[in-house]
Amino acid sequence: MATLTSAAGQAISPDNSKKRRRPRERSSAWRWAILLVAGVYFLVPLYAALRFAGLSGFKDVFTTPGFGSSLWLSIRLAAVTWIVSMLLMIPTTVYVHLRMPGLRRLLEGVTILPIVIPPVVLIIGVLQVMPLALRASVWLLALEYVVLAMPFAYRALDAGLRAIDVKTLTEAAGSLGAGWLSTMWRVILPNMRTAVISATILIVALVLGEFTMASLDLKQTFPVWIVLFDQENAQISVAASIFALFVTWVFLMLITVIATRQSRRTGGGEVTLFTVAPQQTIGN
Amino acid sequence: MADTTDVVTTPGSDMDPGVVRRFPSLRTAPKPVRSLARYAGIIPFVAYIAIFLIVPLIAIVVGSFQNPQTNAFTWSNVNTAVHGSYLHGFEQALILSLIASVIPGVFGLLIAYAIYTARGRGAASLRRVVITASGVFANFGGVPLAFLFIASLGSSALVTGWLSDIGANIYNWGFSLYDLSGVALVYMYFQIPLMVLIILPALEGLRPAWREAAENMGARSWQYWRYVGGPVLLPSFMSCLMVLFGSALAAYATAEALTTGTIPLTSIQIGTFLNGNVLAGQENVGKALSLGMVVIIAILMVFYILFQRRAAKWLR
Repeated sequence: MATLTSAAGQAISPDNSKKRRRPRERSSAWRWAILLVAGVYFLVPLYAALRFAGLSGFKDVFTTPGFGSSLWLSIRLAAVTWIVSMLLMIPTTVYVHLRMPGLRRLLEGVTILPIVIPPVVLIIGVLQVMPLALRASVWLLALEYVVLAMPFAYRALDAGLRAIDVKTLTEAAGSLGAGWLSTMWRVILPNMRTAVISATILIVALVLGEFTMASLDLKQTFPVWIVLFDQENAQISVAASIFALFVTWVFLMLITVIATRQSRRTGGGEVTLFTVAPQQTIGN
Repeated sequence: MADTTDVVTTPGSDMDPGVVRRFPSLRTAPKPVRSLARYAGIIPFVAYIAIFLIVPLIAIVVGSFQNPQTNAFTWSNVNTAVHGSYLHGFEQALILSLIASVIPGVFGLLIAYAIYTARGRGAASLRRVVITASGVFANFGGVPLAFLFIASLGSSALVTGWLSDIGANIYNWGFSLYDLSGVALVYMYFQIPLMVLIILPALEGLRPAWREAAENMGARSWQYWRYVGGPVLLPSFMSCLMVLFGSALAAYATAEALTTGTIPLTSIQIGTFLNGNVLAGQENVGKALSLGMVVIIAILMVFYILFQRRAAKWLR
Protein backbone atom coordinates (compact mmCIF):
# COMPACT_ATOMS: atom_id res chain seq x y z
CA MET A 1 0.00 0.00 0.00
CA ALA A 2 2.81 2.39 0.92
CA THR A 3 4.57 1.95 -2.40
CA LEU A 4 1.32 2.36 -4.24
CA THR A 5 0.47 5.73 -2.71
CA SER A 6 3.98 7.13 -3.02
CA ALA A 7 4.08 6.09 -6.67
CA ALA A 8 0.78 7.83 -7.23
CA GLY A 9 2.06 10.92 -5.41
CA GLN A 10 5.18 11.01 -7.54
CA ALA A 11 3.19 10.80 -10.71
CA ILE A 12 1.22 13.89 -9.76
CA SER A 13 3.95 16.05 -8.28
CA PRO A 14 7.37 15.10 -6.90
CA ASP A 15 7.13 17.80 -4.23
CA ASN A 16 4.10 16.22 -2.69
CA SER A 17 5.76 12.83 -2.34
CA LYS A 18 8.67 14.30 -0.37
CA LYS A 19 6.25 15.91 2.05
CA ARG A 20 4.56 12.59 2.57
CA ARG A 21 7.67 10.55 3.09
CA ARG A 22 8.82 12.40 6.19
CA PRO A 23 5.85 11.51 8.42
CA ARG A 24 6.15 7.91 7.30
CA GLU A 25 9.72 7.75 8.57
CA ARG A 26 8.64 9.24 11.87
CA SER A 27 5.87 6.66 12.15
CA SER A 28 8.46 3.94 11.64
CA ALA A 29 10.38 5.20 14.71
CA TRP A 30 7.11 5.16 16.60
CA ARG A 31 6.62 1.52 15.59
CA TRP A 32 10.00 0.47 16.98
CA ALA A 33 9.39 2.42 20.20
CA ILE A 34 6.13 0.53 20.78
CA LEU A 35 7.69 -2.83 20.05
CA LEU A 36 10.67 -2.03 22.27
CA VAL A 37 8.45 -1.13 25.23
CA ALA A 38 6.46 -4.32 24.67
CA GLY A 39 9.65 -6.38 24.45
CA VAL A 40 10.96 -4.96 27.72
CA TYR A 41 7.65 -5.48 29.50
CA PHE A 42 7.32 -9.09 28.37
CA LEU A 43 10.89 -10.31 28.56
CA VAL A 44 12.32 -8.62 31.67
CA PRO A 45 10.05 -10.50 34.14
CA LEU A 46 11.10 -13.78 32.52
CA TYR A 47 14.76 -12.84 32.88
CA ALA A 48 14.28 -11.64 36.46
CA ALA A 49 12.52 -14.87 37.40
CA LEU A 50 15.29 -16.97 35.91
CA ARG A 51 17.88 -14.94 37.84
CA PHE A 52 15.85 -15.14 41.04
CA ALA A 53 15.35 -18.89 40.92
CA GLY A 54 18.99 -19.51 40.06
CA LEU A 55 20.46 -22.92 39.40
CA SER A 56 19.98 -24.01 43.00
CA GLY A 57 16.23 -23.29 42.83
CA PHE A 58 15.88 -25.54 39.82
CA LYS A 59 17.95 -28.26 41.45
CA ASP A 60 15.93 -28.16 44.68
CA VAL A 61 12.48 -27.94 43.16
CA PHE A 62 12.41 -31.55 42.00
CA THR A 63 13.38 -32.92 45.40
CA THR A 64 11.12 -30.68 47.48
CA PRO A 65 8.42 -32.55 49.42
CA GLY A 66 5.06 -32.17 47.71
CA PHE A 67 6.47 -31.57 44.24
CA GLY A 68 6.05 -35.17 43.15
CA SER A 69 2.73 -35.85 44.84
CA SER A 70 1.07 -32.60 43.68
CA LEU A 71 2.34 -33.03 40.12
CA TRP A 72 1.15 -36.65 40.17
CA LEU A 73 -2.30 -35.54 41.34
CA SER A 74 -2.46 -32.97 38.52
CA ILE A 75 -1.42 -35.60 35.98
CA ARG A 76 -4.06 -38.06 37.21
CA LEU A 77 -6.71 -35.33 37.08
CA ALA A 78 -5.64 -34.50 33.53
CA ALA A 79 -5.95 -38.16 32.54
CA VAL A 80 -9.44 -38.57 34.01
CA THR A 81 -10.57 -35.24 32.55
CA TRP A 82 -9.29 -36.35 29.18
CA ILE A 83 -11.04 -39.74 29.27
CA VAL A 84 -14.41 -38.29 30.35
CA SER A 85 -14.13 -35.41 27.85
CA MET A 86 -13.42 -37.70 24.96
CA LEU A 87 -16.14 -40.21 25.87
CA LEU A 88 -18.63 -37.38 26.14
CA MET A 89 -17.58 -34.98 23.40
CA ILE A 90 -16.54 -37.21 20.49
CA PRO A 91 -19.84 -39.13 20.17
CA THR A 92 -21.82 -35.95 20.76
CA THR A 93 -20.04 -33.85 18.12
CA VAL A 94 -20.11 -36.70 15.59
CA TYR A 95 -23.80 -37.32 16.23
CA VAL A 96 -24.65 -33.65 15.90
CA HIS A 97 -22.67 -33.34 12.69
CA LEU A 98 -24.38 -36.37 11.17
CA ARG A 99 -27.92 -36.22 12.41
CA MET A 100 -28.74 -32.77 13.71
CA PRO A 101 -26.54 -30.16 12.04
CA GLY A 102 -29.17 -27.63 13.03
CA LEU A 103 -28.07 -28.03 16.64
CA ARG A 104 -24.48 -27.04 15.95
CA ARG A 105 -25.05 -23.36 16.66
CA LEU A 106 -26.82 -24.19 19.90
CA LEU A 107 -24.01 -26.50 20.95
CA GLU A 108 -21.49 -23.80 20.15
CA GLY A 109 -23.42 -21.40 22.36
CA VAL A 110 -23.70 -23.85 25.24
CA THR A 111 -20.02 -24.74 25.12
CA ILE A 112 -19.10 -21.05 25.32
CA LEU A 113 -20.84 -20.74 28.71
CA PRO A 114 -17.91 -22.09 30.76
CA ILE A 115 -15.72 -19.29 29.37
CA VAL A 116 -18.27 -16.67 30.34
CA ILE A 117 -18.97 -17.95 33.86
CA PRO A 118 -15.97 -17.37 36.11
CA PRO A 119 -14.65 -20.59 37.70
CA VAL A 120 -14.82 -18.94 41.13
CA VAL A 121 -18.58 -18.57 40.62
CA LEU A 122 -19.06 -22.08 39.26
CA ILE A 123 -17.20 -23.79 42.10
CA ILE A 124 -19.35 -22.11 44.75
CA GLY A 125 -22.46 -23.61 43.16
CA VAL A 126 -20.81 -26.97 42.62
CA LEU A 127 -19.74 -27.31 46.26
CA GLN A 128 -23.29 -26.41 47.24
CA VAL A 129 -25.14 -29.06 45.22
CA MET A 130 -22.80 -32.03 44.96
CA PRO A 131 -23.22 -34.92 47.41
CA LEU A 132 -20.65 -35.14 50.21
CA ALA A 133 -19.03 -38.31 48.85
CA LEU A 134 -18.21 -36.56 45.60
CA ARG A 135 -17.08 -33.37 47.33
CA ALA A 136 -14.63 -35.33 49.46
CA SER A 137 -13.08 -37.05 46.46
CA VAL A 138 -10.50 -35.43 44.19
CA TRP A 139 -12.38 -36.63 41.12
CA LEU A 140 -15.05 -33.95 41.46
CA LEU A 141 -12.36 -31.58 40.16
CA ALA A 142 -11.83 -33.74 37.07
CA LEU A 143 -15.58 -33.81 36.39
CA GLU A 144 -15.71 -30.01 36.57
CA TYR A 145 -12.58 -29.64 34.46
CA VAL A 146 -14.50 -31.49 31.75
CA VAL A 147 -16.93 -28.55 31.81
CA LEU A 148 -14.11 -25.97 31.80
CA ALA A 149 -12.33 -27.74 28.93
CA MET A 150 -15.51 -28.14 26.90
CA PRO A 151 -15.19 -24.89 24.88
CA PHE A 152 -11.69 -25.83 23.75
CA ALA A 153 -12.41 -29.51 23.24
CA TYR A 154 -15.57 -28.79 21.28
CA ARG A 155 -13.90 -26.23 19.04
CA ALA A 156 -11.00 -28.55 18.26
CA LEU A 157 -13.25 -31.56 17.53
CA ASP A 158 -15.74 -29.51 15.53
CA ALA A 159 -12.94 -28.11 13.36
CA GLY A 160 -11.61 -31.63 12.83
CA LEU A 161 -15.02 -32.95 11.79
CA ARG A 162 -15.61 -30.09 9.39
CA ALA A 163 -12.33 -30.92 7.65
CA ILE A 164 -13.52 -34.44 6.74
CA ASP A 165 -16.65 -35.63 4.98
CA VAL A 166 -18.25 -37.48 7.86
CA LYS A 167 -21.47 -38.26 6.02
CA THR A 168 -19.81 -39.99 3.09
CA LEU A 169 -17.46 -41.88 5.38
CA THR A 170 -20.32 -43.14 7.57
CA GLU A 171 -22.47 -44.10 4.62
CA ALA A 172 -19.57 -45.92 3.00
CA ALA A 173 -18.86 -47.77 6.24
CA GLY A 174 -22.55 -48.55 6.65
CA SER A 175 -22.89 -49.95 3.13
CA LEU A 176 -19.92 -52.20 3.84
CA GLY A 177 -21.83 -53.57 6.80
CA ALA A 178 -20.15 -51.75 9.69
CA GLY A 179 -22.22 -50.97 12.79
CA TRP A 180 -22.20 -47.71 14.74
CA LEU A 181 -19.35 -48.68 17.04
CA SER A 182 -17.21 -50.10 14.31
CA THR A 183 -17.75 -47.04 12.09
CA MET A 184 -16.81 -44.78 14.96
CA TRP A 185 -13.75 -46.68 16.05
CA ARG A 186 -12.34 -47.77 12.71
CA VAL A 187 -13.42 -45.00 10.33
CA ILE A 188 -14.22 -41.69 12.03
CA LEU A 189 -11.71 -41.69 14.87
CA PRO A 190 -8.64 -42.40 12.72
CA ASN A 191 -9.74 -39.58 10.43
CA MET A 192 -9.96 -37.03 13.21
CA ARG A 193 -6.73 -38.02 14.90
CA THR A 194 -5.19 -34.53 14.75
CA ALA A 195 -8.32 -32.93 16.17
CA VAL A 196 -8.27 -35.39 19.05
CA ILE A 197 -4.60 -34.69 19.69
CA SER A 198 -5.22 -30.92 19.70
CA ALA A 199 -8.11 -31.33 22.13
CA THR A 200 -5.95 -33.57 24.30
CA ILE A 201 -3.14 -31.06 24.57
CA LEU A 202 -5.55 -28.21 25.33
CA ILE A 203 -7.17 -30.28 28.08
CA VAL A 204 -3.85 -31.26 29.60
CA ALA A 205 -2.53 -27.69 29.54
CA LEU A 206 -5.73 -26.43 31.15
CA VAL A 207 -5.82 -29.03 33.92
CA LEU A 208 -2.12 -28.66 34.77
CA GLY A 209 -2.53 -24.89 35.14
CA GLU A 210 -5.92 -24.59 36.83
CA PHE A 211 -5.69 -22.99 40.27
CA THR A 212 -9.02 -21.39 41.21
CA MET A 213 -11.22 -24.45 41.53
CA ALA A 214 -8.53 -26.69 42.97
CA SER A 215 -7.56 -24.23 45.69
CA LEU A 216 -11.18 -23.52 46.67
CA ASP A 217 -11.93 -27.24 46.69
CA LEU A 218 -8.89 -27.60 49.01
CA LYS A 219 -7.08 -30.09 46.79
CA GLN A 220 -3.31 -29.79 46.51
CA THR A 221 -2.72 -29.84 42.76
CA PHE A 222 0.51 -28.55 41.27
CA PRO A 223 -0.44 -24.84 41.01
CA VAL A 224 -1.90 -24.91 44.53
CA TRP A 225 1.32 -26.43 45.84
CA ILE A 226 3.38 -23.67 44.19
CA VAL A 227 1.45 -21.01 46.11
CA LEU A 228 1.46 -22.91 49.40
CA PHE A 229 5.19 -23.38 49.14
CA ASP A 230 5.83 -19.68 48.63
CA GLN A 231 5.50 -19.11 52.36
CA GLU A 232 8.54 -21.28 53.04
CA ASN A 233 10.82 -20.71 50.09
CA ALA A 234 9.97 -18.20 47.37
CA GLN A 235 12.95 -19.30 45.29
CA ILE A 236 11.49 -22.76 44.84
CA SER A 237 8.06 -21.34 44.03
CA VAL A 238 9.57 -19.20 41.28
CA ALA A 239 11.55 -22.13 39.92
CA ALA A 240 8.40 -24.28 39.89
CA SER A 241 6.53 -21.45 38.13
CA ILE A 242 9.12 -21.27 35.38
CA PHE A 243 8.93 -25.05 35.08
CA ALA A 244 5.13 -24.81 34.74
CA LEU A 245 5.38 -22.02 32.15
CA PHE A 246 7.89 -24.02 30.18
CA VAL A 247 5.62 -27.09 30.15
CA THR A 248 2.63 -24.98 29.02
CA TRP A 249 4.72 -23.37 26.34
CA VAL A 250 5.87 -26.75 25.00
CA PHE A 251 2.25 -27.95 24.90
CA LEU A 252 1.10 -24.87 23.01
CA MET A 253 3.93 -25.16 20.51
CA LEU A 254 3.01 -28.82 19.99
CA ILE A 255 -0.57 -27.88 19.08
CA THR A 256 0.60 -25.26 16.60
CA VAL A 257 2.92 -27.73 14.91
CA ILE A 258 0.19 -30.38 14.69
CA ALA A 259 -2.44 -27.95 13.47
CA THR A 260 -0.08 -26.51 10.86
CA ARG A 261 0.60 -30.00 9.56
CA GLN A 262 -3.12 -30.74 9.42
CA SER A 263 -3.86 -27.44 7.74
CA ARG A 264 -1.21 -28.11 5.11
CA ARG A 265 -2.74 -31.52 4.42
CA THR A 266 -6.28 -30.22 4.12
CA GLY A 267 -5.23 -27.05 2.33
CA GLY A 268 -6.47 -24.74 5.10
CA GLY A 269 -5.18 -21.26 5.79
CA GLU A 270 -2.32 -20.11 7.97
CA VAL A 271 -2.45 -21.44 11.51
CA THR A 272 -1.65 -19.26 14.47
CA LEU A 273 -1.76 -20.29 18.06
CA PHE A 274 -4.95 -18.32 18.50
CA THR A 275 -6.90 -20.16 15.83
CA VAL A 276 -6.31 -23.44 17.65
CA ALA A 277 -6.05 -22.30 21.25
CA PRO A 278 -8.42 -19.49 22.17
CA GLN A 279 -7.13 -17.72 25.21
CA GLN A 280 -7.67 -19.64 28.42
CA THR A 281 -9.16 -17.01 30.66
CA ILE A 282 -9.93 -19.91 32.93
CA GLY A 283 -6.33 -20.20 34.09
CA ASN A 284 -6.11 -16.62 35.30
CA MET B 1 -40.54 -62.34 -3.41
CA ALA B 2 -41.60 -62.37 0.22
CA ASP B 3 -38.99 -59.70 0.92
CA THR B 4 -40.54 -57.30 -1.54
CA THR B 5 -44.03 -57.52 -0.09
CA ASP B 6 -42.59 -56.96 3.36
CA VAL B 7 -40.96 -53.69 2.35
CA VAL B 8 -44.05 -52.45 0.55
CA THR B 9 -46.47 -53.10 3.40
CA THR B 10 -44.28 -51.78 6.20
CA PRO B 11 -45.47 -48.39 7.44
CA GLY B 12 -42.83 -45.74 7.39
CA SER B 13 -40.82 -47.42 4.66
CA ASP B 14 -40.35 -44.03 3.05
CA MET B 15 -37.87 -43.26 5.83
CA ASP B 16 -34.14 -42.95 5.33
CA PRO B 17 -33.01 -46.60 5.07
CA GLY B 18 -30.13 -45.99 7.46
CA VAL B 19 -32.53 -45.00 10.22
CA VAL B 20 -34.67 -48.05 9.63
CA ARG B 21 -31.71 -50.35 9.96
CA ARG B 22 -30.33 -48.83 13.16
CA PHE B 23 -33.60 -48.32 14.99
CA PRO B 24 -35.80 -51.17 13.75
CA SER B 25 -38.35 -50.66 16.53
CA LEU B 26 -38.89 -47.09 15.34
CA ARG B 27 -40.25 -48.35 12.06
CA THR B 28 -43.74 -48.56 13.44
CA ALA B 29 -43.49 -45.64 15.87
CA PRO B 30 -45.58 -42.53 15.22
CA LYS B 31 -43.79 -39.53 13.77
CA PRO B 32 -43.38 -37.37 16.91
CA VAL B 33 -41.72 -40.27 18.71
CA ARG B 34 -39.37 -40.80 15.82
CA SER B 35 -38.30 -37.16 15.78
CA LEU B 36 -37.87 -37.20 19.54
CA ALA B 37 -35.73 -40.32 19.30
CA ARG B 38 -33.27 -38.38 17.21
CA TYR B 39 -32.46 -36.35 20.29
CA ALA B 40 -31.42 -39.52 22.15
CA GLY B 41 -27.87 -39.13 20.87
CA ILE B 42 -27.30 -35.87 22.72
CA ILE B 43 -28.87 -36.95 26.02
CA PRO B 44 -25.52 -37.79 27.69
CA PHE B 45 -24.14 -34.38 26.78
CA VAL B 46 -27.24 -32.51 27.90
CA ALA B 47 -27.36 -34.46 31.16
CA TYR B 48 -23.69 -33.76 31.88
CA ILE B 49 -24.08 -30.02 31.24
CA ALA B 50 -27.22 -29.98 33.38
CA ILE B 51 -25.59 -31.71 36.35
CA PHE B 52 -22.19 -30.04 36.35
CA LEU B 53 -23.00 -26.57 35.01
CA ILE B 54 -26.68 -25.66 35.01
CA VAL B 55 -27.74 -27.07 38.39
CA PRO B 56 -24.83 -25.38 40.24
CA LEU B 57 -25.73 -22.09 38.56
CA ILE B 58 -29.37 -22.45 39.57
CA ALA B 59 -28.25 -23.23 43.12
CA ILE B 60 -26.36 -19.92 43.17
CA VAL B 61 -29.36 -17.93 41.99
CA VAL B 62 -31.74 -19.66 44.43
CA GLY B 63 -29.27 -19.48 47.32
CA SER B 64 -28.82 -15.74 46.79
CA PHE B 65 -32.40 -15.24 47.93
CA GLN B 66 -32.47 -17.79 50.74
CA ASN B 67 -31.95 -17.49 54.46
CA PRO B 68 -29.12 -19.97 55.18
CA GLN B 69 -30.86 -21.36 58.29
CA THR B 70 -34.52 -21.46 57.36
CA ASN B 71 -34.26 -21.49 53.54
CA ALA B 72 -37.00 -18.84 53.54
CA PHE B 73 -36.99 -16.14 50.88
CA THR B 74 -34.98 -13.06 51.85
CA TRP B 75 -33.40 -9.99 50.31
CA SER B 76 -30.78 -9.75 53.03
CA ASN B 77 -27.99 -11.59 51.13
CA VAL B 78 -28.31 -9.34 48.12
CA ASN B 79 -28.65 -6.37 50.44
CA THR B 80 -25.41 -7.25 52.25
CA ALA B 81 -23.65 -7.88 48.94
CA VAL B 82 -24.29 -4.36 47.69
CA HIS B 83 -23.30 -2.54 50.88
CA GLY B 84 -20.20 -1.92 52.95
CA SER B 85 -17.07 -3.93 52.25
CA TYR B 86 -18.74 -5.94 49.48
CA LEU B 87 -19.81 -2.80 47.65
CA HIS B 88 -16.20 -1.67 48.04
CA GLY B 89 -15.15 -5.02 46.53
CA PHE B 90 -17.33 -4.45 43.48
CA GLU B 91 -15.95 -0.92 43.13
CA GLN B 92 -12.36 -2.13 43.36
CA ALA B 93 -13.01 -4.98 40.92
CA LEU B 94 -14.62 -2.60 38.42
CA ILE B 95 -11.81 -0.05 38.77
CA LEU B 96 -9.20 -2.77 38.34
CA SER B 97 -11.02 -4.20 35.31
CA LEU B 98 -11.31 -0.73 33.80
CA ILE B 99 -7.59 -0.02 34.20
CA ALA B 100 -6.62 -3.53 33.12
CA SER B 101 -8.78 -3.35 30.00
CA VAL B 102 -8.40 0.23 28.72
CA ILE B 103 -4.60 0.51 28.99
CA PRO B 104 -3.92 -2.95 27.51
CA GLY B 105 -6.64 -2.25 24.95
CA VAL B 106 -4.92 0.89 23.69
CA PHE B 107 -1.44 -0.59 23.92
CA GLY B 108 -2.52 -3.83 22.26
CA LEU B 109 -4.13 -1.84 19.46
CA LEU B 110 -0.89 0.09 18.96
CA ILE B 111 1.14 -3.14 18.78
CA ALA B 112 -1.35 -4.72 16.38
CA TYR B 113 -1.31 -1.58 14.23
CA ALA B 114 2.49 -1.48 14.32
CA ILE B 115 2.84 -5.01 13.00
CA TYR B 116 -0.09 -4.66 10.63
CA THR B 117 1.37 -1.63 8.87
CA ALA B 118 4.99 -2.80 8.94
CA ARG B 119 6.35 -2.97 5.40
CA GLY B 120 9.56 -3.98 3.76
CA ARG B 121 12.14 -6.61 4.61
CA GLY B 122 11.42 -8.67 7.72
CA ALA B 123 7.86 -7.38 8.10
CA ALA B 124 6.31 -10.80 7.52
CA SER B 125 8.55 -12.49 10.07
CA LEU B 126 7.99 -9.64 12.56
CA ARG B 127 4.26 -10.24 12.28
CA ARG B 128 4.74 -13.98 12.72
CA VAL B 129 6.91 -13.57 15.81
CA VAL B 130 4.54 -11.09 17.46
CA ILE B 131 1.44 -13.20 16.77
CA THR B 132 3.04 -16.40 18.04
CA ALA B 133 4.40 -14.64 21.11
CA SER B 134 0.95 -13.15 21.76
CA GLY B 135 -0.57 -16.61 21.62
CA VAL B 136 1.91 -17.85 24.19
CA PHE B 137 1.72 -14.84 26.54
CA ALA B 138 -2.08 -14.66 26.42
CA ASN B 139 -2.04 -18.16 27.86
CA PHE B 140 0.53 -17.32 30.57
CA GLY B 141 -1.92 -16.53 33.29
CA GLY B 142 -2.48 -17.50 36.83
CA VAL B 143 -0.03 -18.59 39.45
CA PRO B 144 3.23 -18.77 37.47
CA LEU B 145 2.63 -15.25 36.18
CA ALA B 146 2.29 -13.90 39.71
CA PHE B 147 5.64 -15.39 40.67
CA LEU B 148 7.30 -14.01 37.56
CA PHE B 149 6.38 -10.54 38.78
CA ILE B 150 7.21 -11.20 42.42
CA ALA B 151 10.72 -12.08 41.24
CA SER B 152 11.03 -8.90 39.21
CA LEU B 153 8.97 -6.17 40.91
CA GLY B 154 8.61 -7.40 44.48
CA SER B 155 9.74 -4.93 47.15
CA SER B 156 13.37 -6.13 47.02
CA ALA B 157 13.44 -7.81 43.61
CA LEU B 158 15.67 -7.37 40.60
CA VAL B 159 13.88 -4.71 38.56
CA THR B 160 12.89 -2.74 41.66
CA GLY B 161 16.61 -2.65 42.51
CA TRP B 162 17.57 -1.47 39.03
CA LEU B 163 14.98 1.27 39.17
CA SER B 164 16.06 2.51 42.60
CA ASP B 165 19.70 2.47 41.40
CA ILE B 166 18.76 5.08 38.83
CA GLY B 167 16.84 7.01 41.44
CA ALA B 168 13.36 5.72 40.75
CA ASN B 169 12.16 4.17 43.98
CA ILE B 170 8.75 3.05 42.81
CA TYR B 171 7.68 1.81 46.22
CA ASN B 172 8.15 5.33 47.60
CA TRP B 173 5.99 6.64 44.79
CA GLY B 174 2.98 4.67 45.95
CA PHE B 175 3.40 1.63 43.73
CA SER B 176 3.10 -1.79 45.27
CA LEU B 177 2.99 -5.11 43.50
CA TYR B 178 0.57 -6.30 46.15
CA ASP B 179 -2.17 -3.68 45.74
CA LEU B 180 -4.42 -2.62 42.90
CA SER B 181 -1.70 -0.91 40.85
CA GLY B 182 0.49 -4.01 40.97
CA VAL B 183 -2.31 -6.41 40.13
CA ALA B 184 -3.32 -4.20 37.19
CA LEU B 185 0.27 -4.20 35.93
CA VAL B 186 0.41 -8.00 36.15
CA TYR B 187 -2.97 -8.47 34.43
CA MET B 188 -1.66 -6.50 31.47
CA TYR B 189 0.78 -9.33 30.86
CA PHE B 190 -2.03 -11.51 29.54
CA GLN B 191 -4.42 -8.71 28.51
CA ILE B 192 -2.13 -6.97 25.99
CA PRO B 193 -1.42 -10.11 23.93
CA LEU B 194 -5.09 -11.05 24.09
CA MET B 195 -5.95 -7.62 22.66
CA VAL B 196 -3.40 -8.03 19.86
CA LEU B 197 -4.97 -11.34 18.88
CA ILE B 198 -8.60 -10.22 18.92
CA ILE B 199 -8.16 -6.77 17.32
CA LEU B 200 -5.98 -7.95 14.40
CA PRO B 201 -8.91 -9.31 12.34
CA ALA B 202 -10.64 -5.92 12.67
CA LEU B 203 -7.50 -4.09 11.50
CA GLU B 204 -7.27 -6.43 8.55
CA GLY B 205 -10.81 -5.38 7.67
CA LEU B 206 -9.69 -1.77 7.13
CA ARG B 207 -9.40 -1.68 3.35
CA PRO B 208 -6.25 0.00 2.00
CA ALA B 209 -8.53 1.39 -0.71
CA TRP B 210 -10.32 3.57 1.85
CA ARG B 211 -7.07 5.17 2.90
CA GLU B 212 -6.05 5.71 -0.70
CA ALA B 213 -9.42 7.23 -1.49
CA ALA B 214 -9.10 9.57 1.49
CA GLU B 215 -5.59 10.59 0.47
CA ASN B 216 -6.66 11.17 -3.10
CA MET B 217 -9.24 13.59 -1.81
CA GLY B 218 -6.50 15.37 0.11
CA ALA B 219 -7.17 14.02 3.60
CA ARG B 220 -4.33 14.20 6.08
CA SER B 221 -3.51 11.28 8.34
CA TRP B 222 -5.49 12.62 11.30
CA GLN B 223 -8.44 13.38 9.06
CA TYR B 224 -8.42 9.80 7.78
CA TRP B 225 -8.46 8.49 11.36
CA ARG B 226 -11.06 11.02 12.50
CA TYR B 227 -13.56 10.45 9.70
CA VAL B 228 -12.84 7.00 8.20
CA GLY B 229 -10.55 4.64 10.10
CA GLY B 230 -11.65 5.59 13.61
CA PRO B 231 -15.41 5.27 13.13
CA VAL B 232 -14.96 1.93 11.32
CA LEU B 233 -12.64 0.54 13.97
CA LEU B 234 -14.39 1.90 17.05
CA PRO B 235 -17.13 -0.76 17.39
CA SER B 236 -14.56 -3.58 17.07
CA PHE B 237 -12.31 -1.85 19.57
CA MET B 238 -15.17 -1.47 22.03
CA SER B 239 -16.25 -5.10 21.69
CA CYS B 240 -12.65 -6.18 22.31
CA LEU B 241 -12.62 -3.97 25.42
CA MET B 242 -15.69 -5.85 26.67
CA VAL B 243 -13.79 -9.13 26.32
CA LEU B 244 -10.78 -7.71 28.19
CA PHE B 245 -13.01 -6.27 30.91
CA GLY B 246 -14.71 -9.60 31.46
CA SER B 247 -11.40 -11.42 31.47
CA ALA B 248 -10.00 -9.06 34.14
CA LEU B 249 -13.16 -9.25 36.22
CA ALA B 250 -13.24 -13.06 36.23
CA ALA B 251 -9.53 -13.48 37.01
CA TYR B 252 -8.90 -14.99 40.42
CA ALA B 253 -5.72 -17.05 40.47
CA THR B 254 -3.30 -14.23 39.64
CA ALA B 255 -4.66 -11.82 42.23
CA GLU B 256 -4.93 -14.53 44.89
CA ALA B 257 -1.39 -15.81 44.32
CA LEU B 258 -0.01 -12.27 44.27
CA THR B 259 -1.76 -10.80 47.28
CA THR B 260 -2.83 -13.95 49.18
CA GLY B 261 -6.31 -12.48 49.21
CA THR B 262 -5.53 -9.19 50.96
CA ILE B 263 -7.05 -6.87 48.36
CA PRO B 264 -10.83 -6.57 48.34
CA LEU B 265 -11.87 -7.79 44.89
CA THR B 266 -15.22 -9.47 44.36
CA SER B 267 -13.70 -12.65 42.96
CA ILE B 268 -11.38 -12.89 45.98
CA GLN B 269 -14.24 -12.16 48.37
CA ILE B 270 -16.31 -14.95 46.81
CA GLY B 271 -13.36 -17.24 47.40
CA THR B 272 -13.19 -16.39 51.10
CA PHE B 273 -16.74 -17.68 51.54
CA LEU B 274 -15.48 -21.12 50.59
CA ASN B 275 -12.52 -20.87 52.94
CA GLY B 276 -14.92 -20.74 55.85
CA ASN B 277 -14.19 -17.26 57.24
CA VAL B 278 -17.84 -16.29 57.25
CA LEU B 279 -20.04 -14.62 59.84
CA ALA B 280 -23.02 -16.67 60.98
CA GLY B 281 -26.09 -15.88 58.90
CA GLN B 282 -24.02 -14.62 55.98
CA GLU B 283 -23.27 -18.00 54.41
CA ASN B 284 -25.28 -17.16 51.32
CA VAL B 285 -23.75 -13.72 50.71
CA GLY B 286 -21.07 -15.42 48.60
CA LYS B 287 -23.79 -16.64 46.27
CA ALA B 288 -25.29 -13.15 46.07
CA LEU B 289 -21.83 -11.82 45.15
CA SER B 290 -21.55 -14.52 42.48
CA LEU B 291 -24.93 -13.51 41.15
CA GLY B 292 -23.76 -9.91 41.00
CA MET B 293 -20.73 -10.97 39.02
CA VAL B 294 -22.85 -13.00 36.59
CA VAL B 295 -25.14 -9.99 36.12
CA ILE B 296 -22.18 -7.71 35.34
CA ILE B 297 -20.81 -10.24 32.86
CA ALA B 298 -24.23 -10.62 31.25
CA ILE B 299 -24.36 -6.84 30.74
CA LEU B 300 -20.88 -6.95 29.20
CA MET B 301 -22.03 -9.72 26.86
CA VAL B 302 -25.00 -7.64 25.71
CA PHE B 303 -22.72 -4.72 24.89
CA TYR B 304 -20.26 -7.10 23.26
CA ILE B 305 -22.97 -8.42 20.95
CA LEU B 306 -24.23 -4.90 20.15
CA PHE B 307 -20.74 -3.65 19.28
CA GLN B 308 -20.04 -6.79 17.27
CA ARG B 309 -23.19 -6.30 15.26
CA ARG B 310 -22.24 -2.70 14.61
CA ALA B 311 -18.70 -3.73 13.62
CA ALA B 312 -20.00 -6.39 11.23
CA LYS B 313 -21.64 -3.65 9.17
CA TRP B 314 -18.25 -2.53 7.91
CA LEU B 315 -16.01 -5.52 8.30
CA ARG B 316 -17.22 -8.15 5.85
